[in-house]
Amino acid sequence: MSLTSDDVKRVAKLARLGLTQTETNETLTQLNSILGLVDQMQQTETDGVAPLAHPLELTQTLRADQVTETNHREKYQSAAPHAEAGLYLVPRVVE
Amino acid sequence: MSQITDLTLAQLKQALGDGDLSSVEITTAFLDRIDSLNPELNAFITISHEDACKAAADADAARAKGKAPAFAGLPMAHKDLFCTDGTRTTCGSKMLADFVAPYDAHVVSRCQQAGLISLGKLNMDEFAMGSSNENSFFGAVKNPWDLSRVPGGSSGGSAAAVAARMTPLATATDTGGSIRQPAALTGTSGLKPTYGRVSRFGMIAFASSLDQGGLIAHTAEDIALGLGLIAGHDPRDSTSADQAVPDYTATLNDSLKGKIIGLPAQFFDERLDPAMRRSMDDVLDVFRSLGATTVDVSLDHIAEAIPAYYVIAPAEASSNLSRFDGVRFGYRADNPKDLTDLYERSRGEGFGSEVKRRILIGTYALSEGYYDAYYKKAQQIRRLIKQDFEQALSQCDLLFGPTTPSTAFVIGEKTADPVAMYLEDIYTVATNMAGLPGGSFQAPLIDGLPSGYQLTGPAFGEGAILNAAHQIQTATDWHTLRPEGL
Repeated sequence: MSLTSDDVKRVAKLARLGLTQTETNETLTQLNSILGLVDQMQQTETDGVAPLAHPLELTQTLRADQVTETNHREKYQSAAPHAEAGLYLVPRVVE
Repeated sequence: MSQITDLTLAQLKQALGDGDLSSVEITTAFLDRIDSLNPELNAFITISHEDACKAAADADAARAKGKAPAFAGLPMAHKDLFCTDGTRTTCGSKMLADFVAPYDAHVVSRCQQAGLISLGKLNMDEFAMGSSNENSFFGAVKNPWDLSRVPGGSSGGSAAAVAARMTPLATATDTGGSIRQPAALTGTSGLKPTYGRVSRFGMIAFASSLDQGGLIAHTAEDIALGLGLIAGHDPRDSTSADQAVPDYTATLNDSLKGKIIGLPAQFFDERLDPAMRRSMDDVLDVFRSLGATTVDVSLDHIAEAIPAYYVIAPAEASSNLSRFDGVRFGYRADNPKDLTDLYERSRGEGFGSEVKRRILIGTYALSEGYYDAYYKKAQQIRRLIKQDFEQALSQCDLLFGPTTPSTAFVIGEKTADPVAMYLEDIYTVATNMAGLPGGSFQAPLIDGLPSGYQLTGPAFGEGAILNAAHQIQTATDWHTLRPEGL
């Protein structure tokens, strides 16, 4: 299976990843070579094999529904590029 | 006494305990060495002069009062993807070039509680994606054995810093070989523990079902000391294993008599470089002289490990890295015209090319209509790989093979061809797929460059790996060889 330039643009859009035209062209060749490597998988017979998601196959651990953390909003927001009055600022989305 | 910076962590601990050295002397010696070598090697992204010196003085004062924890005043350094409260954590990326984490990673807290002093943060491939440390926003790291060569990656800074004796111990992480491969290329010892053995809390995620934190040092003994500190259950990581942590130093001197070393046929077929084969044979001769025997085993699906890995790891990375959106932390593009523009340009400008490639591959593999052909197929192969290891390890105590196909390659040699770079991890990736512990330790030099052998054990078999490596290090001097002129 080979990707086209439009495929790369579509996937980049899904990933919200801005690519320049030069990057799209370079990436296309490289992605196709990586997918060539990945497609070697198809030679392996896997009928009836259960997928393995986690090596130790642990079940999700649960904890009691109790408050264990205090509020760190100010500290956490100090790493934000633009925050004000406890809010993260982004370009206007509703006119 | 030899130079302070030549000493192992165990030797420094002894000297500090005996009062032969103070923490200030030790810390200053390492900081001076970092200052003199880092401009050339680029192993450190951040050097913590002030914090380290203050911590050293505090450790000496506490020791004088008899109130110091076991490792008080001993130096180490962290790979720059372990979050450190108050010191920036860049992950080797422009995206996090100015990021200061609001909390410490579990591994960082455990080291601090034991009294270890952080000398700084170590360079790495951006978001731990790479096998050469050429993908860092902060520039390539040089191999101390030959400055024209790579130190391996992604923990290239950790490996180069230990090899150049800028720190006796470094944290590192391994998703497909990122501890073992750089350890092999720099003549150091490196251990990737069992998945779940060390908490991933505060470790910036790449591929969450494969990532595992570990250590690089000069010796298996030093790793045993360090692993005892960082291993163990942490409720903040839901995949952290609730398993008792043994005293890894207590079994280092166990005899290897009667131990069975498994040799996977696929590691020793006609493709293995003859010089690397000789190096491996030299190590096996020592194992046999210590009373171990060898048995031929097979890992039938090892060839599919790389293709399956390059679905699973990018798929998980594309999800994990969606958090970098230019809003909550990290790089934000200037003057976004709307929200989509903010996301797309912040990510487009903030991530480097290898990270972008992996996000795109992962997004593609997970996109509508491709799940069965890629992600599900890769996870089925993952189970076959795990079954291969179970079968092989039922016939022996440890698996043995080369860590890498060859010694360190020249900077720039593989940058144009991502697939050639990916094949660098051909011997290491399967271990992560199976979640097993693996270590790389020093084998004989090949044409003046380090080579490494790899030991893989059953789940939670770190003690057996460290025991075997320590016995080899007791019988040989490969781990004491140092790059000339440094």
